[in-house]
Amino acid sequence: MLTDLTIAQAQAGLKAKTFSAVELTQAHLTGVDALNPRLNAFITVSHAKARDQAKAADEAIARGDIRPLTGIPLAIKDLFCTEGIRTTAASRILESFIPPYESTVTANLLNDGAVFLGKTNLDEFAMGSSNMTSAFGPVENPWKRRQDQNAVLVPGGSSGGSAAAVAARIAMGATGTDTGGSIRQPASFCGLVGVKPSYGRCSRWGVVAFASSLDHPGPFARTVQDGAILLGSMASHDPKDSTSADRPVPDYQAACKRGVKGLRIGVPREYRVDGMPAEIEALWQQGIAWLRDAGAEIVDVSLPHTKYGLATYYIVAPAEASSNLARYDGVRFGLRKDGAELSDMYGNTRAAGFGAEVRRRILIGTYVLSAGYYDAYYLRAQKVRALILRDFNEVFANVDALLTPTTPSAAFAQGEKMDDPIQMYLNDLFTVGANLAGVPAISVPAGLDSNGLPLGLQIIGKNFDEETVFAVSAEIERAAGFTALPQIRAGM
Amino acid sequence: MAYAIEGTTGPWEVVVGLEVHAQVISQSKLFSGSSAAFGAEPNTQVSFVDAGFPGMLPVINRECVAQAVRTGLGLNAVIHKVSRFDRKNYFYADMPQGYQISQYEHPVVGTGIVEVELADGSVKQIGVTRLHLEQDAGKSLHDQHTTKTFIDLNRSGVALMEIVSEPDIRSPEEAGAYLRKLRSILRYLGTCDGNMEEGSMRADVNVSVRKAGEPYRTRCEIKNVNSIRFVMQAVEAEAARQVEVWESGGEVRQETRLFDSNRGITRPMRSKEDAHDYRYFPDPDLLPLVLEQSWIDALKASLPELPDAKQARFRSDYGLTQYDAAVLVAEKATADFFETVAKGRDPKIAANWVTGDFFAALNRAGASIETSPVSAANLGALLDLIVDKTINGRIAKDVFEAMVETGKDPAAIVEEKGLKQVTDTGAIDAAVDAIVAANPDKVAEYRSGREKLFGFFVGQTMKAMAGKGNPALINDTLKRRLA
Repeated sequence: MLTDLTIAQAQAGLKAKTFSAVELTQAHLTGVDALNPRLNAFITVSHAKARDQAKAADEAIARGDIRPLTGIPLAIKDLFCTEGIRTTAASRILESFIPPYESTVTANLLNDGAVFLGKTNLDEFAMGSSNMTSAFGPVENPWKRRQDQNAVLVPGGSSGGSAAAVAARIAMGATGTDTGGSIRQPASFCGLVGVKPSYGRCSRWGVVAFASSLDHPGPFARTVQDGAILLGSMASHDPKDSTSADRPVPDYQAACKRGVKGLRIGVPREYRVDGMPAEIEALWQQGIAWLRDAGAEIVDVSLPHTKYGLATYYIVAPAEASSNLARYDGVRFGLRKDGAELSDMYGNTRAAGFGAEVRRRILIGTYVLSAGYYDAYYLRAQKVRALILRDFNEVFANVDALLTPTTPSAAFAQGEKMDDPIQMYLNDLFTVGANLAGVPAISVPAGLDSNGLPLGLQIIGKNFDEETVFAVSAEIERAAGFTALPQIRAGM
Repeated sequence: MAYAIEGTTGPWEVVVGLEVHAQVISQSKLFSGSSAAFGAEPNTQVSFVDAGFPGMLPVINRECVAQAVRTGLGLNAVIHKVSRFDRKNYFYADMPQGYQISQYEHPVVGTGIVEVELADGSVKQIGVTRLHLEQDAGKSLHDQHTTKTFIDLNRSGVALMEIVSEPDIRSPEEAGAYLRKLRSILRYLGTCDGNMEEGSMRADVNVSVRKAGEPYRTRCEIKNVNSIRFVMQAVEAEAARQVEVWESGGEVRQETRLFDSNRGITRPMRSKEDAHDYRYFPDPDLLPLVLEQSWIDALKASLPELPDAKQARFRSDYGLTQYDAAVLVAEKATADFFETVAKGRDPKIAANWVTGDFFAALNRAGASIETSPVSAANLGALLDLIVDKTINGRIAKDVFEAMVETGKDPAAIVEEKGLKQVTDTGAIDAAVDAIVAANPDKVAEYRSGREKLFGFFVGQTMKAMAGKGNPALINDTLKRRLA
């Protein structure tokens, strides 16, 4: 089936004219139409535009103008502004917002020939780890528990729609954003490769901001090589983003073939937490063994401030969010609910426009920045963040990459962990460190738990050394030979 | 005698500090590429960044930073090689992002000095605490509709410099002198046009009063005063109010007030508006602003001559009095005008003409140097006509008035009106002869000792010659004929 192809395979097929870009896109749109009513992975499907882009791709191929993603159908997280296509951030407040501009990342993808199938669901403003906070309803994970086929599992979050779409073969790849794990955790939950590059590698321009210093755009794919292809297209230096890195984008596909011989791989002892399921511990040990067998040297390392990561994250991220979301005030765009006074209009608009989790984080963020609390919370968190960064820098003086589990559990069911926000926040335990430090990290599917659900391993690398992270990820992928398929997928 | 407010309990000293918001002269805004020009149609100079659209990011405008550094150098201030932008969070309808990007903790410019000259000729140094860059907000128009407020975002994101003085100012006069000097420096540097009517320079005035030798008492801040005269009036009114509060047994509360220029009083702003907690924190969309010493040095090397240096040079090179030099350098345009007039001519005569007849004419016409009908070149040409004796000093005044009216060059006016000075001794002899013949009794009186009558003869002769006679020749001739 065309929908089962990897991006690399599809590129070859398109080039050889085994099938057309229109056929490839249509196969995916058919899958979307069949599965989206159930999965709710897409908020907006842009059928006509996708077909036009596919047609243009076929014309380009006929001209011999073949770019890295010509004719490849992708899904775009609905946090990336797309010119002329509604961009909601899964929030009522942007329900009818149609951006008059294209984000840098999506512009890069379009420039490389990609076809956009539509905009995928997410936790509202990317705040969540389950996709349950979307104003457009939850997303179903295409994977099912072996023993409990009725349970509807979450795809993880916040980029849950992107993960579900790629896992269900209704997109060949997708964009996501990762602020505390929002690419890697859903990738782990859905059996995908999720890439969070270095901070500054992919421009944030045109991406609806959640927490500016932590937001990282990155790709979802079904193979490490596809992840490399997508990141290669998404990454660029962007003068419109002051935090964008002015560095050449390396050849990530080549890096996937490097192997790990001679690499020093650190295993941080602080990631071995109380109550971690034995299966996850076992998978981690398996990953260590695979890398050792492939010629890597395994080193026990310490990241002593790891235990403060979550607390730090849940101060810094809401603080920035409380300010970033101030612009949704009903004055210039998006939802407006009138009121007698300006302050009433603000209150009415924001009360109607923001869901509970967004409101919670705005309140937390406002609190930690307030006079009298700033020093105790925000300033303290910034200091701890500096210590966490120092941990990584010190460790990376000795090792080339770190290997950890991606998440402390496999996908959970809708309704589970919903009563206690803290339980939900624990999902980010292993992932927030890389966001706080800005270093690159990839989650690779490495095995299944006893319920048949995918589990991921995380490889964390040095700042701007995605190449080594890709090399290690590719090795894990080879060794794991992960071939399991989700129960819900195109063509089933 | 220092300025003081006489209360019932004796004299009170006034303590004033000024926060001046100066709009930076630049092509584009502080963090976006839209035009920063004044006076365009509403909402025509607004980018998606200025309008706070989702996913839009600020990028610092290098020229605005250069302008701030130039200003810092002009204020003899410390330039901070590392500074930072913070977000000042508050909601207002003309503040699209919901926060203002400003430099709260780490301004680009630190402490500096402004020297002001007071009416009694004394010089006082006023300390500058800091200068920082920040974004301006848009404009709310409340008078366009009965129930709606209109928003114009043209100004949203335009760069402002906030220049904060130390509380070194002790009188309305000093406040005025400081503002005039600051405005002069900004205009010399070309970093702010200083037009307070257009709002490109506005002041927040911090006022407190105290008895001699006391520590500072509670101050009040008078927001957004938009002329130097109003600042001076506001200081006076607010100080008087505070003295009255203290002397009647009350206590001055720290608050934000507004100056009502119609009534000449200050009144409190609604308390709702100063209950803000701005929740400052470093803007995560921007990196720290890091300046290279070589870049600062290059800006320093390219600074124009500033008023203090120019004033010293006018005194030493042109031999001007301190007063004339101070008047001439206050505005760069005036100084340039003067130097054009003085070039190759007697500088003192040039200074007299510029500060005398020329300024008087501008005042009468309500014109400025820029709109003056008399160009520097033409005024210089007029002086040349006097020196080469084409016209005499009296005719020169008439020619000047004609220049003010018509804008023509003086030679053309002299030609047109036939005002060329008569140096033909034959003509002068004839005129003198006629006057002497017509006034035998006056001639007799003069010869008998009433020497004061000499002026009468000069006047009569000049009148007979329509003012065009060469005064020296007329004098000589008369002296000979009346001897």
